[in-house]
Amino acid sequence: MLKRYNINFQIILLTLILVCLPFFFQNDFYFEIAILAILNAIICIGLNLLMGYAGQVSLGHGAFAGLGAYISVILVSNYEMTPLLSIFVSLIFMAIFAFFISKPILKLKGHYLAMATLGIGIIINIVLNSEDEITGGADGMSVPEFTLFGYLFEDSLQWYILCATMLVLVIWAFTNLIDSPFGRLLRSIHDSEKAAGSVGINVSHYKSYVFVISVVIATIAGSFYAFFSGYISPEEASFGHSIELVVMVVFGGLGRVYGAVFGAIILTVLPQLLTALEEYETLVFGGIIIFVMIFMPKGIVSIWDYFVEKKDKEKNLVKN
Amino acid sequence: MLRINNVTKKFGGLTAVDDLSIKIKRGTIHSIIGPNGAGKTTLVNMITGVYNVTGGTIHLDGKDITNVPTNKLVYKGVCRTFQHLEVCSNLTAVENVMLGFDKYMDKSFIKSCLRFKSIVDDEKKYFDKSIELLDMVGLKDYANIEAQNLSYGILKKIEIIRALATSPDIILLDEPVAGLNPNETAEISKIIKDVAHSGVTIVLIEHDMKMVMKVSDKITVMNFGKKLAQGTPEEIANNEEVITAYLGNGAFHGH
Repeated sequence: MLKRYNINFQIILLTLILVCLPFFFQNDFYFEIAILAILNAIICIGLNLLMGYAGQVSLGHGAFAGLGAYISVILVSNYEMTPLLSIFVSLIFMAIFAFFISKPILKLKGHYLAMATLGIGIIINIVLNSEDEITGGADGMSVPEFTLFGYLFEDSLQWYILCATMLVLVIWAFTNLIDSPFGRLLRSIHDSEKAAGSVGINVSHYKSYVFVISVVIATIAGSFYAFFSGYISPEEASFGHSIELVVMVVFGGLGRVYGAVFGAIILTVLPQLLTALEEYETLVFGGIIIFVMIFMPKGIVSIWDYFVEKKDKEKNLVKN
Repeated sequence: MLRINNVTKKFGGLTAVDDLSIKIKRGTIHSIIGPNGAGKTTLVNMITGVYNVTGGTIHLDGKDITNVPTNKLVYKGVCRTFQHLEVCSNLTAVENVMLGFDKYMDKSFIKSCLRFKSIVDDEKKYFDKSIELLDMVGLKDYANIEAQNLSYGILKKIEIIRALATSPDIILLDEPVAGLNPNETAEISKIIKDVAHSGVTIVLIEHDMKMVMKVSDKITVMNFGKKLAQGTPEEIANNEEVITAYLGNGAFHGH
């Protein structure tokens, strides 16, 4: 069980940071990066539930997010649905899709599971590339404007507020989830499926359950990104994007809600900061990832743990 | 209470359990012993639905439970522990025990996300109950330590009380004292006896003869997948066939 005051403190702190940030943004580009980081963070929270907590690797989440986004966009531009309804229909479709693929593939473990999700991701990418009558092929397609109950989102600040609110809600919901019997159950599946089964947990049911949840989250965030950027291409659903998401989760800290958040934010913003280095950008970026993984194998959030533990130790020393 | 009727398990050409029938009475400690490879663990795996039987049936209180998977059996009052420790290493001791109460807890996704009062209250209630169980076996001080940092003996105990938390009618213990020192063995024997005393039937698979002889009400000896003998500890200790199975022909005469 987590310490409750800690959780509330963390959420309030995050909200404060998110509220203050726009005052430092000098132009639309800052907003664009911030929104991208936030939406990546949301996907990563869902992916972390699957990878960090339930222990099931997925190398296909970029593709799932991309496919979900495509469906939302196509429903709006070809069938004239409202964006909100289209996202809803898309996430229902993706949930059913995820449920059916989860049944056979989640029987696999470790590398084999990674291979299977990788394969599905690549198939999705190929389909999006080749069905150019519907998807516009490799050139992608433009996305209609986003309206919410007749209210048009055109300003970056509006988008920022929408996405930041979503992020805070998702973090709040998922920290609650982890701190409940459901969360403990997921962690038990990660550690020992046999133990979980021996106390009456239907392991395959919950593995599918959490897979569907993570795909639905990816669909929502992916769709919002498409509407925000006004353009979507198969690049969104590429293998590279899937890998990026996995790296964000691992970099931030597997099995920690804030790990996924910080991993996503840092790895989205970092390349922008490094552009000043010109041709050395990729080298330094890779170097930073390697450095963090060697010295902080539990991810960026272990910095936080380090200070908390240090404080606890000092307290204990005082007591003794 | 538990009736095993003519159960057979074949792995390809190998017959691990051969036409075995055992009746286990309610509230007793019934041990199943036998040399390595006699088919004891296979039997437990069949009772708990890990393996499907090749032939025969298993009945619990007259109801057919043949081939029912482990997680569903828990709801019918059957729980087991494992020969090789199956404890969640990243969960604390108390969380591992709380896992045992899983079948009583509400795991609705929406309610958990929104932190409904019922979820929080449940969590608190079963946390206290788990601490009580840990206290019962003298492990209260280890409650908040992650399982990966606890010793083997402690984890063996945690596994047993986790099974106990599911409030079973019958517990199958697969080698609960394997690899433990005499002190720990004595402690676990005591826990097993206490549990049996409270009315839970225990099926004990064990190699430690001293312990088996001490705690069992009845012993079934298996060899090559068949029942060799059955009786009280005294009867088994004096059974010629059993001695032969364990020590081999002419072991006493030397070769």
